[in-house]
Amino acid sequence: MSIEKTPSRVTEKMIDARSAPSDSIGTIAWLRTNLFAGPINTLFTLFACYLIYLLIVPSLQWALIDANWSGTTRADCTGEGACWVFISARLDQFIYGFYPEELTWRVDIVFAIFAALVAWLAIPNMPVKGLVAIATLAVFPFIAFFLLHGGSFGLEVVGTHEWGGLMLTLVLAVVGIVAALPMGILLAMGRRSDMPIVKSICVVFIEFWRGVPLITVLFMASVMLPLFVPGEVNLDKLVRALIGITLFQSAYMAEVVRGGLQAIPNGQTEAGVALGLGYWRNMGLIVLPQALKLMIPGIVNTFIALFKDTSLVLIIGLFDLLAIVQAGLADPKWLGYSIEGYAFVALIFWVFCFSMSRYSQYLERLLHTGHKKR
Amino acid sequence: MTTTTASRDNTTDNERPMIELKGLNKWYGDFHVLRDINLSVRKGERIVICGPSGSGKSTMIRCINHLEEHQEGDIVVNGMPLTQDIKQIEAIRRNVGMVFQHFNLFPHLTVLENCCLAPIWVQKRPRKEAEAEAMQYLERVRIADQAHKFPGQLSGGQQQRVAIARSLCLSPEVMLFDEPTSALDPEMIKEVLDVMVELANEGMTMLCVTHEMGFAKTVADRVIFMDQGQIIEENAPEPFFNNPQSERTQLFLSQILGH
Repeated sequence: MSIEKTPSRVTEKMIDARSAPSDSIGTIAWLRTNLFAGPINTLFTLFACYLIYLLIVPSLQWALIDANWSGTTRADCTGEGACWVFISARLDQFIYGFYPEELTWRVDIVFAIFAALVAWLAIPNMPVKGLVAIATLAVFPFIAFFLLHGGSFGLEVVGTHEWGGLMLTLVLAVVGIVAALPMGILLAMGRRSDMPIVKSICVVFIEFWRGVPLITVLFMASVMLPLFVPGEVNLDKLVRALIGITLFQSAYMAEVVRGGLQAIPNGQTEAGVALGLGYWRNMGLIVLPQALKLMIPGIVNTFIALFKDTSLVLIIGLFDLLAIVQAGLADPKWLGYSIEGYAFVALIFWVFCFSMSRYSQYLERLLHTGHKKR
Repeated sequence: MTTTTASRDNTTDNERPMIELKGLNKWYGDFHVLRDINLSVRKGERIVICGPSGSGKSTMIRCINHLEEHQEGDIVVNGMPLTQDIKQIEAIRRNVGMVFQHFNLFPHLTVLENCCLAPIWVQKRPRKEAEAEAMQYLERVRIADQAHKFPGQLSGGQQQRVAIARSLCLSPEVMLFDEPTSALDPEMIKEVLDVMVELANEGMTMLCVTHEMGFAKTVADRVIFMDQGQIIEENAPEPFFNNPQSERTQLFLSQILGH
């Protein structure tokens, strides 16, 4: 037997790149692989389509086609579809609560300024963002307070017991979000600190607030706190609720942030330290920017939870959006329109939460600095 | 150098060692990782430190800029004793550049921003000036054309060259290299070593933990062999490689050179 010679070969012509076969990319290919991959898959797709049809068509019929949109009283509703007259007739109350009708322009101005500032910060490549951010955090709260509460510059005082509706929900959510994030970051840094006293204070704080339900916190803030503080100190009920929500959410935020901090490799801190950066610069310039990017989903998750949790203030007698709609449902003139009321509340909450969610996804893509960019 | 906060003795630059380790001992818990290390490095001297893994090479050079804390002994860098005082530690760190095995570039900043970060925030220099100087250093490591990319878009060798440029931007007196080529593909080792050789030829004081024996032979003034936390042998490269005295060194060299 002869041993065969190992064949040798040399490739002289390099192969040019070709485009992928047309049936492996595009819409048709996507449909085939995802919806109609086989007989069972196709069956499920068709069944799911039928279920969606069963659900969507009557809903749209009720909410849009058969619905009554205009009018002022329940007599304007035919009863075949949704009665959106209930919402439109009470819309002012849903937005402003019991805020005096002739003064609601003050709330409108605050809404407008806030929307403009947020838009400025959210749209990329706007000029002087840093300045606008400082204005939003340092100046806007005072403007908002003077306009909403009044009491100076000749503005009539509107006590917080008259605040309500969407406006109150937004006040609670925005203050909670803006205050809880920096507090959470500080708590997380404290919990990872080498200093035993700082560390234990942060651990106790976080574990305490995470261990009690928000409802308990709100009850304690509204009922028990006044018993403990001296008589002459009279904290406003809204302020107490705000403090409660902020402390509660900052504990959750702290744990989200801590998770992000732990994900940053030690080498990053070492490199920063070796370059002579101190603790705060190292945190602010190197660790936190990277960690916060990783934490966007978790932070926004907490923001969304916070936004929805604000509706719990109804149990201490604050009339947020949900509470005021519920109060409207109890009005004898409008009995029986609870589906419309709750659907409206759900829609408003959903719009805000979904916007936050979408913006966070956009931010994640924007901050991605791996291979894809450029 | 403008290290105003740090105290210094009055001897002149020539007679004073750049780095001095005296009776250095360090433990990780109960594990005695550095045992009575004595080492003196003159200005402009190039030292290669080799030894098996776990011998304390990296730990030793990491003690010099206080990334690791030692329990006994004295460290003096450029006349400044390393104390517990954070101001003094930071002053020493500004004098000592460090290059890591895994580069440790900041992935959220561009190459240029990586280089300018410390000059701007530590040395408080104007951004324009810092950027111009950073570009010079990037030019020197031949990567200026990538200045506006992110580290994640560069190859390992390119990243390590950026890391060297980043350290140089603080104009350090000493450079520490902690296995700078160990995480690189063979193709990329040379481009990093070339930069290191150039740096050595310019008179930089260098301490390199490395297994690149070719680099040790051509560049080093002294080669140090460490094992089990001790300096076993210390010699000029020629006698070190051709005529090692200690049995342990002979064994180590036969293992890394004999394949």
